[in-house]
Amino acid sequence: MTPGDAPTLSDRLTAAAAWPVRVLFQILDKPFRLIQRIGGIKTMPYIFLLPNLAFFGLFVVIPLFINFAFSLTGGTNLYLTDRVYTGTEQYAFLFDCGNYADPTSCREDRFWRGIYNTATFIFFQVTFLVLFSLITALILNRKIRARGFFRAVFFFPVLLSPVVVALIWKWILLRDGILNAALVSMGFDKILFFVSPEWSMFWAIFVSIWANMGFYTLILLAGLQAIPPDLYEAAEMDGTSTERVFRRITLPLLWPNMLVVIVLALIKGVQIFDEVYVLTGGGPGTATQFIVQYIYNTGFTNQVQNFGLASAASVVLGVVLFVLTMMQLAATRRRDNG
Amino acid sequence: MTNRLTKILGSSAMALSLMAGTALAETELRMTWYNDGNEGEVMRGILDRFEEANPDITVTLDVVPYKAILESLPVQLAAGDGPDIARVTDLGGLSEYYMDLTPHVGDPEYWRANFGPFLKWLDPDGDAISGFMTQLTVTGPYVNKTLFEQAGVEMPGEGATWDDWAAASKAVADALDIPIPMAWDRSGHRVSGPAISMGAQMFDAEGNPALVDDGLKMMATKLYDWHQDGTMAKELWGSVSGSTYLGANEDFANAQVVMYMSGSWQIPQFAETIGDAFDWWAVPAPCGPAACTGMPGGAALVAMKDTDHPEEVGQLMDFLAQEENLAEFYGETLFIPGHLGLAESGVEFATDDPRAAHALQTFASAVPGISPVAFDLQGYPSNRVMFNALISRLGEAIVGELTLDEAFDRMSQDVEQQLAEQSR
Repeated sequence: MTPGDAPTLSDRLTAAAAWPVRVLFQILDKPFRLIQRIGGIKTMPYIFLLPNLAFFGLFVVIPLFINFAFSLTGGTNLYLTDRVYTGTEQYAFLFDCGNYADPTSCREDRFWRGIYNTATFIFFQVTFLVLFSLITALILNRKIRARGFFRAVFFFPVLLSPVVVALIWKWILLRDGILNAALVSMGFDKILFFVSPEWSMFWAIFVSIWANMGFYTLILLAGLQAIPPDLYEAAEMDGTSTERVFRRITLPLLWPNMLVVIVLALIKGVQIFDEVYVLTGGGPGTATQFIVQYIYNTGFTNQVQNFGLASAASVVLGVVLFVLTMMQLAATRRRDNG
Repeated sequence: MTNRLTKILGSSAMALSLMAGTALAETELRMTWYNDGNEGEVMRGILDRFEEANPDITVTLDVVPYKAILESLPVQLAAGDGPDIARVTDLGGLSEYYMDLTPHVGDPEYWRANFGPFLKWLDPDGDAISGFMTQLTVTGPYVNKTLFEQAGVEMPGEGATWDDWAAASKAVADALDIPIPMAWDRSGHRVSGPAISMGAQMFDAEGNPALVDDGLKMMATKLYDWHQDGTMAKELWGSVSGSTYLGANEDFANAQVVMYMSGSWQIPQFAETIGDAFDWWAVPAPCGPAACTGMPGGAALVAMKDTDHPEEVGQLMDFLAQEENLAEFYGETLFIPGHLGLAESGVEFATDDPRAAHALQTFASAVPGISPVAFDLQGYPSNRVMFNALISRLGEAIVGELTLDEAFDRMSQDVEQQLAEQSR
């Protein structure tokens, strides 16, 4: 807008929206100047971070400590002060095993089955998730027809709630679901997917990949687009084969993104609960009962709500997640350092 | 302009303060409720009458899934954040959160005379008046009589055993290509009646819980075998984990099940969803060597001690418990009355469906034959610990994760461990 022009509606709205911000800045100006005068310029970043740190502390750090404190107690009281101190008894109970490779030899067999099921799940889920995400990203990075449409199609499931995703697939896979109807129409017998441990695990992995692949594809696509095109042009001029271009250019330059994807997928895989809980209920038996569902069942669904044991299992899970997060941080740093 | 703005602001503030004043004079009571059939609607109608008679009290009916009553409500109550009133089925297990209504009801003697035996279920260690039964229930089977007729298989008669019914249901299913010959709710409560019929005692001589004995093993083994030979479909018991409840009511209503072990609370739902599509028939509890019993049970409306409005809660509970209101409630919902006066005088059930009338008659007449062991188990406050151990471990055996013997050992260990945790 040049001087003399009449303000448009947009200008008026912008000015109106800026007004509260201006007032806020005017209010905060003096106290912030005072803080800077007292604490020096180096204090200011911490002051700006304070609201976020307070929020993080209140909703993450303090509950973490409360959870740890719960894991050292027993009984059914909800209030920490009313609970009985048991020391490391809950941990000893969880780790009391004749043979760690055989859950039936453990006192808390369901905890170990949860661990093994989670390990199986993340091994297959992460492997195929990364593989399919990479393939999809490579295809979507090419100049194909309706590329924008396909990018949206692959990303769409990410926008759905995990519960909605699980319910959709449950309706497809039930005895009288769409898939069985299709099998019958082709002359096959119905398959009771949720009665078979193998099929249940397969669908838990498949649905999880279907729901989350778009997100990881997007990360890899961004990585692919950041690779300088002149490298590919040079390779083309040299007559390098497609396979060699992928191995020598694409994969090494995409590796930092791949690492982030792998670690993020691992963390999400360990935390898996809602999709599978709705899809299979953890069954058949405990075939798809993962560690988070074990914690939920122990803490909430039994008549005797064993918060101490559930908290101890949460701490174990927290340690695993901490290790994975450190791996992700290391991978990110390596990428940032080139 | 400024003057006009001041006037608008002033009048708005006055209106808001008046509204706030009205709001302050009003007491809102929250009632957590779940539905099996139409009982929520019937209760709402009665509550509307209460609100008309007591304009300073409003009652909000929070309808939640049954799962929330089992899993979320106990946590809310433990956190002191529960409703004023709730409809519960874990009658004794939540008793520590109930309020004693004795000082708040008009005539405690009326309550003791009409709800006496059930008050003990709500307060096993005392004699408090905590609420009343919205329904008495008895577990027992339903059969699809039409399928029996179509298959030309005779329905087993009085005194038939579980084996007789299992064989007959299988014969019908095989003849008509019905996918599920027999289905049981995935619930420890449902298994307990038949287990007691087989001789399960549930408690030792000192009255301590003793879940696994020969009677329970006999029933559990039958259930296991029926899952292996196809009499029962693994979809129900084998498709989820832990103590998750699953019912086969929808499969039965869709004529996918020949015989369905559930209970009297299904009557209103079947009357509505099945109607006269086929003859759904309640049959007496099949027999074992020790008895022919189902499990008693029911749901109760209870007042919670953390309420901020004990007087108003007492007033409401007293209103709801009056004979004329309960007669309407039981009559409209087709629930077996939990009010002794009404049980004696009879309730006029709002149905002309002969199947519903027959089912009500079948379940009501089953009450005198219920085993004392079943009553003791229902009155035991930690009975869900036993039910959950039974169902979860048997489920794991059915899908092949445990042998039956391992499952029995684990059941005992689970009960022992959870009761030890509870007693800390």
